[in-house]
Amino acid sequence: MSAALPSPLKTGLSRTGLEVKEFFREREQLIFTFLFPIIFLGIFSAVFSGTDFSGGVDAATYFTPGMIASGIFLTSFQSLAVGIAIERDQDVLKRLRGTPMSPQSYFIGKIGVVLVTSVLQFGLLLAIAGLLLGVDLPTDPSKWVNFLWIFVLGTASGSVLGIAYSVIPKSGRAASAVVTPVVLLLQFISGVYFVYSSLPAWMRTVAEFFPLKWLAQGMRSVFLPDGFEVNEPGGSWQLGTGAIVLTVWLVVGLFVAQRVFRWTRRDAG
Amino acid sequence: MQTDEAVRVRGLVKRYPDKVAVDGVDLDIHHGEVFALLGPNGAGKTTTTEILEGYRRADEGEVSVLGTDPAHGDRHWRSKLGIVSQSSRDESELSVAELVTHFAGYYPTPRDPDEVIAAVGLEEKRRTRTRKLSGGQRRRLDVALGVVGNPDLLFLDEPTTGFDPEARRQFWTLIENLRTEGTTILLTTHYLDEAEHLADRVGVIADGRMIEVATPETLGGRGARTARVSWLSDDGMREVRTDQPTAEIARLMAQYGGEVPELEVRRPSLEDIYLELIGSVTAAPVLEGAVR
Repeated sequence: MSAALPSPLKTGLSRTGLEVKEFFREREQLIFTFLFPIIFLGIFSAVFSGTDFSGGVDAATYFTPGMIASGIFLTSFQSLAVGIAIERDQDVLKRLRGTPMSPQSYFIGKIGVVLVTSVLQFGLLLAIAGLLLGVDLPTDPSKWVNFLWIFVLGTASGSVLGIAYSVIPKSGRAASAVVTPVVLLLQFISGVYFVYSSLPAWMRTVAEFFPLKWLAQGMRSVFLPDGFEVNEPGGSWQLGTGAIVLTVWLVVGLFVAQRVFRWTRRDAG
Repeated sequence: MQTDEAVRVRGLVKRYPDKVAVDGVDLDIHHGEVFALLGPNGAGKTTTTEILEGYRRADEGEVSVLGTDPAHGDRHWRSKLGIVSQSSRDESELSVAELVTHFAGYYPTPRDPDEVIAAVGLEEKRRTRTRKLSGGQRRRLDVALGVVGNPDLLFLDEPTTGFDPEARRQFWTLIENLRTEGTTILLTTHYLDEAEHLADRVGVIADGRMIEVATPETLGGRGARTARVSWLSDDGMREVRTDQPTAEIARLMAQYGGEVPELEVRRPSLEDIYLELIGSVTAAPVLEGAVR
């Protein structure tokens, strides 16, 4: 009997290390996925500095939760959708499929890179907001509990949707062009770059179908002062509805991702 | 379990919507041999190989690879295979050493990554990122990733495309070493000299059918390697096929009283025999790229 195969978890952790290394070496990923929300938080805070922005908070405070939500969506959905589409097109996935690596290890690696990059990005956003831009960070533990489940639901649903969406670009070259506009559009209508309550009602109605709106609203509930919810369209943070919508996306995404994920290119028969 | 053959295929059929890619192929590859699969583009080489590797499903026929049906191959089975696929466009930001070392971690009894990198001649590119490798260097990395798991059976699909002559020689040495260590190898190639140099047996596939399996020396059957003596006669060029070329030349010398005009003695190369074989099957031009 030959030696035992390495465990899927051990290989998965090894893949996480590899994926993280690769992520930070790819300039495009680094700028458009990792640094984008940080750059935008800096720009918006500078442009609208000193003004009472919305409901008695300044621009930096208002945009911090939006950028955190946006960052979660980028490091999960955009990062995986683009990354996996390229890996499939370049036959990286095909090669992996030809080894004894367990598919579980591959997905552990993907979950790993999403968690590492999103936590690092969140830490960086928090540090810049708190230390440089003077944003008051929440101290109430219950808010951090809310943050935790919103963060987990957001990264999880973003990840499965990214894995599923990765089959849409026809080539690796087209991946960014097919993924980025979708993300950008969602960011505009979900209250990441604008004050959500000031968006036209029809736009908000559209946004309500998608996860980013609920992710952003959830983050506002954590990072904006108590009582600010009167400025929200429904006069409340709608955390229950948000949890339901994100969970539905997670379940649907998981189901679809399992059905559509493939290790070889579409034209490979 | 060790079966009699490393690969055993009977009546393999694979249909695509627009054509029958593999049309009743039989194939046996013995343990420890190097078997070269030859054939024009679109003949069914890659489809056959990819069925053996478990990437594609057969429509009909029996397939056994190391005693297992590839359609139901598990991780343990995969750990005994090494696969070097045809295309390679991996433009990763990871270095040669990082990738080879990482892939070694997938296998129960891998080779030493540094030795593998040296064997494919990439020592000086150890720290170079994949994206910055040349085409030939990337192909060597493919080979390194295919052999690092210490496979019992190695698939090489057109491994030396894009190699310069020196790199090809170096690669041949690597394959000979693997063979000496007992690795069974299925090689598909366009280069007849490569098949002649490396293979114990060759199979010629055309139009989805295996038209002949033989050693490189006996391909084409008796007489295929018969010497051809040609010269310029009064009626133009003449050629005779003979087992006794020396006697033929002596006869000609007597006839011409010394120097024979334009005398040439030639034995057909493997390439000549191969072209004759597939020429007899595929009278019509073969559709390029029908099978990828």
